[in-house]
Amino acid sequence: MPVKARPLFDPPIVKQAIIDSFVKLNPRHQFRNPVMFVVFIGSLLTTALWVQALFGHGEEKSGGFILAIAVWLWFTVLFANFAEAMAEGRGKAQADSLRKARRDSPARKLASPSRDAEQTTVSAATLRKGNVILCEAGDYIPADGEVLDGVASVDESAITGESAPVIRESGGDRSSVTGGTKVLSDWLIIEVGVNPGEAFLDHMIVMVEGAKRQKTPNEIALNILLASLTIIFLLATATLLPLSVFSANAVNAELNAAGQSATAHPVTVTVLVALLVCLIPTTIGGLLSAIGIAGMDRMIQKNVIAMSGRAVEAAGDVDVLLLDKTGTITLGNRQAVNFIPAENVSEQSLADAAQLASLADETPEGRSIVVLAKTKFQIRERDIRTLNVRFVPFTAQTRMSGVNFASPFHRQIRKGAADAIENHVKSVGGGGGRFPEQVRKTVDDISRRGGTPLVVTENDKVLGTIELKDIVKGGMKERFAELRRMGIKTVMITGDNPLTAAAIAAEAGVDDFLAQATPETKLKLIRDFQAGGRLVAMTGDGTNDAPALAQADVAVAMNTGTQAAKEAGNMVDLDSNPTKLIEVVGTGKQLLMTRGSLTTFSIANDVAKYFAIIPVMFMSTYPALRRLNIMHLHTYESAILSAVIFNALIIIALVPLALRGVYYRPTSASNLLRRNVLIYGVGGIIAPFLGIKAIDMLLAMRIFDF
Amino acid sequence: MTLNGWMQICLFFVVLLLLVKPLGSYMARVFMGKSLFGLNSVLGPVERLTYRVCGIRAEDEMSWKSYAWALVLFSAVGLLLTYGIERTQQWHGRLLNPAGQGNVEPNLAYNTAASFTTNTNWQNYSGETTMSYLTQMAALTFHNFTSAATGIAVAIALIRGLSRRSAASIGNFWTDIVRAALYILMPLSIVLAMLLVSQGVIQNFSPYKTVPLVQATKTTAAVTTQTLPMGPAASQIAIKHLGTNGGGFFNANSAHPFESPTALTDFLELLGETVIAAALCYTFGLMVGDKRQGWALLAAMLIILVVFMSVCYWAESTPNPRLAGMNIDQTTSVTNPGGNMEGKELRIGIAASARFATCTTATSCGAVDSMHDSYMPIGGMVPMLMMQMGECILGGTGTGLYSILVLAIISVFIAGLMVGRTPEYLGKKIEAYEIKMASLLILLMPATVLIFTAVGCVLPQGTSAMGNPGAHGFSEILYAYTSQTNNNGSAFAGLNGNTPFWNITGSFAMLIGRFWFIVPTLALAGALARKKYVPAGAGTLPTHTPLFVGLLIGVILIVALLTFVPALTLGPVIEHLRLFTATI
Repeated sequence: MPVKARPLFDPPIVKQAIIDSFVKLNPRHQFRNPVMFVVFIGSLLTTALWVQALFGHGEEKSGGFILAIAVWLWFTVLFANFAEAMAEGRGKAQADSLRKARRDSPARKLASPSRDAEQTTVSAATLRKGNVILCEAGDYIPADGEVLDGVASVDESAITGESAPVIRESGGDRSSVTGGTKVLSDWLIIEVGVNPGEAFLDHMIVMVEGAKRQKTPNEIALNILLASLTIIFLLATATLLPLSVFSANAVNAELNAAGQSATAHPVTVTVLVALLVCLIPTTIGGLLSAIGIAGMDRMIQKNVIAMSGRAVEAAGDVDVLLLDKTGTITLGNRQAVNFIPAENVSEQSLADAAQLASLADETPEGRSIVVLAKTKFQIRERDIRTLNVRFVPFTAQTRMSGVNFASPFHRQIRKGAADAIENHVKSVGGGGGRFPEQVRKTVDDISRRGGTPLVVTENDKVLGTIELKDIVKGGMKERFAELRRMGIKTVMITGDNPLTAAAIAAEAGVDDFLAQATPETKLKLIRDFQAGGRLVAMTGDGTNDAPALAQADVAVAMNTGTQAAKEAGNMVDLDSNPTKLIEVVGTGKQLLMTRGSLTTFSIANDVAKYFAIIPVMFMSTYPALRRLNIMHLHTYESAILSAVIFNALIIIALVPLALRGVYYRPTSASNLLRRNVLIYGVGGIIAPFLGIKAIDMLLAMRIFDF
Repeated sequence: MTLNGWMQICLFFVVLLLLVKPLGSYMARVFMGKSLFGLNSVLGPVERLTYRVCGIRAEDEMSWKSYAWALVLFSAVGLLLTYGIERTQQWHGRLLNPAGQGNVEPNLAYNTAASFTTNTNWQNYSGETTMSYLTQMAALTFHNFTSAATGIAVAIALIRGLSRRSAASIGNFWTDIVRAALYILMPLSIVLAMLLVSQGVIQNFSPYKTVPLVQATKTTAAVTTQTLPMGPAASQIAIKHLGTNGGGFFNANSAHPFESPTALTDFLELLGETVIAAALCYTFGLMVGDKRQGWALLAAMLIILVVFMSVCYWAESTPNPRLAGMNIDQTTSVTNPGGNMEGKELRIGIAASARFATCTTATSCGAVDSMHDSYMPIGGMVPMLMMQMGECILGGTGTGLYSILVLAIISVFIAGLMVGRTPEYLGKKIEAYEIKMASLLILLMPATVLIFTAVGCVLPQGTSAMGNPGAHGFSEILYAYTSQTNNNGSAFAGLNGNTPFWNITGSFAMLIGRFWFIVPTLALAGALARKKYVPAGAGTLPTHTPLFVGLLIGVILIVALLTFVPALTLGPVIEHLRLFTATI
């Protein structure tokens, strides 16, 4: 599913969203959102009041005013529907492109996991977990599964967007295949891993569509708060009717006593509904589900598929990040960086011997020794065949590799770990060899620095040491510093010994490390952090990572990883980029921040709305309230209508913000709070004063006369 | 406003702040079971005897539900006991009822019992003409201690909820109230009562005295004598303030010369009603292991208090424009207080009255040294607003702390979302259940106040009690329900509350305001205690910074103002506008 950034307002999506905004007027849909349900009821009520006014019993002097309020309340509901429909539409568009990958191709079912077994052709939709199938070049793999036999190159671009084919083979960490991908060469025997409808692709479609979206914990809590604020405002406005009846009666009594005619009226229901809708947190209420869906959508745009909204939200809470050293923090391989000769040996002769010993060594470490000798001493690479030597490969028993010159000198060059070489020099040539103290010291020094020492000998003479080092990827230090600013502790996981691990950890700038890691120690580490109340995130790809992934709170499985790893994780990174976690965390935080900021904005808005509506709503009872009309809104009608219109328009105006999320930069919690309180809190108080005044001025021009 | 006035206000805050740390750490020691500088050896046997007699196993811990049950049952028994004592006054005997007060009317007796049980001390009666000495001591003073101790107990339970980790219990209600009463309220009351007596507050069992008037007067016949009510006043007045109860021994409350004869007693009583609430913030800080958290809450409280006290002082120093043309000198000078002196005692003056009015409503005390009904509209709105903030600005003994903690939780929730993390307060994650309880708590008070006010405004039983027509009469009703629901007990005098309608609706408001707050608060404590502790990191929102204090103040003000602005507009706000403009 190659995700291209979609324009925010993609015309076909907008068109569908407009239609959906009307479909969503269904009361059953409205009922699910308490805040918007109140607006919905208010719209119905004012519409009914308008109909009543048509028959000449209107509570307001002008039926047009009631109509205008009713229309704008309906717009408020529609705008909120539109925001939700937009977010859903964008999700659906993603899902549709995914769905194209899921085709009902015929599958070749095998009676037993062997290429020669009996084949039956069945529909992919009928495949169950445990079935064994054969896929050959040109076939689409019909379902997620595990390779039992065979090696093949597979085009996974439908899922990952990466056009280069990948190798899938039985055993090891490259044994999982995904339904909807295409075998390009050779063949695979696959055991189906899922039942229909449970496949990875199905998960993705459900998630992006947001159809079965469950509310996340923070969303539930926020909904409760918003619902109770709504009830408070409902009571504050509903009780205003008796209070204003009382006040109007009292003032009329005063007027009568003074011999004047009674002019005070209680406040109308239309105005009370208008006030209520302005006060309840419609901005956040209307945008809440859009924010949630859009958060998931943003994850997908970063090529991460979250298995649940809860996982996305949890990402924002992560305190500890576990990262594999190899491939994540360091480049995959160690490289030679230094030649340290023994006493009475020149560095150049050591380099020469080292290069000879490594000529036939095709491992990246070996290549790096050849290259280092060449760059340092211009020792040209020699062709091993013309040298008349025999290559001695590395074995687990000797733990050395090197070359033997046939004749005439019986030169035996070896390189290997210090202890292996020590045994070697003591055993060759009658056991007269000696392992110099100075070399031993060098070996220890290198270990302490986090390097790997390789000792080089010629026959029983120790020539010196090659220093191999892990190379930390560029920019890692900065990224970890960024995480530290976000309050996240980074822990490097490595199989290295503690000395080496400590050195690399220091160089990479991680906060802590776990050396000599095994699946058990990893699991224990995660549990220990969790017992201390920390939320742990980790990435993994291998089957041996699966237990730890399952234990971690946020577990990002690499898409290249095994099926077991993917099932254990709650997110899958299609790019298989281990540092993606940093972006995942950012997206999670952004989701929560958008909710919090818009809630603050929504509540802060109420101040200005009070100043717009309160002075005019009791105007007939208490003309002195005019002095509180600090915005100098023109008339009773325009003041109330301006507030209602502002309240509706702000929802539409904030749709892009809801879909994109508020700006997030990794920094301390205090800084984030200061910034957001300033923009959405203080800004939320000021903005509606300007907005309502502007709308009132437009209304005063009587362009939209009613 | 005068320099002298401002100095009186400053002096109060300075002395209050000086007392916070010593009293706060003492109270923490009481509840953390540490030694109490020799008090243990004196009061320890009393404590243990109490437990033995009552069959309390002091070491037993309670879940929040058991705690709540114990509290509610204890209060219910206390309520019935008080009702019984009030209804049997005529048999109290000459020593304990020298004035021969008759049995209290059933609905008034019920209202009073509910009022004192809930720490409200709303009084639809005059002490000197209704209550026997026995009732004052055994029924009312008893509740002054127990209701205050109950408030402290709930606050301590909530603190335990925040400081315990993965725990199933929140303490033992019985030991909490015994320790609160015995080690905190009793010693302080004795000290304060002594100080009050030294200034002339009475403490006796004498029959009411008839004395010749210094200046004889004449109504229909010549009046030459006056009856002076007597009684054991000092012992009740000390706890009336320390326990933020506020129910006066006499009708005129702290304006009465036998309750508060001098400017010093006015100051001491003011200090009494604020000091425990303020010091509990420090106790909180100590018990959760981070004193800064306590100071932050206190800072938020005091900033709001200073601002509103200043507004009140300003409003009361303003000359009344309606009196301007009546040849009344309203200018401030050395010999003339100026401003609005109606309903204020000359020995107390404007600044101290404004100081007292703001504090007595900010805390849930409700004692008065001046009549709030006679304040300028804005001056009278300040006490109303202080209560409408939910009695969290210092608040009652204990109740104030748990009320502001609930608002802190709401603030943390909104702020936490704004920094992109599941909100945490003191290492406890704030999730749906906590927000449900906190929302319930901020919802209940305005709901009760507004609904009862609306009912009171439309029913003739409600409006007939008003002492003034129009906006001011409306303020009286709004004030009455605000005060009762928030368990404050002060009144916008003028309202005749001793009618079945007011006695019954008022007692409902008081009981809802008390127990529908305590039970969700304990549920919150239970839920928080069960939670794991999340250590703070760089991504955690710090809750002791000025920024957070500002946010908390914002949340407190916004929640109160958004809820009550429409109602206040029809009361004090319009009254003010009409007073200062020509139009009506």
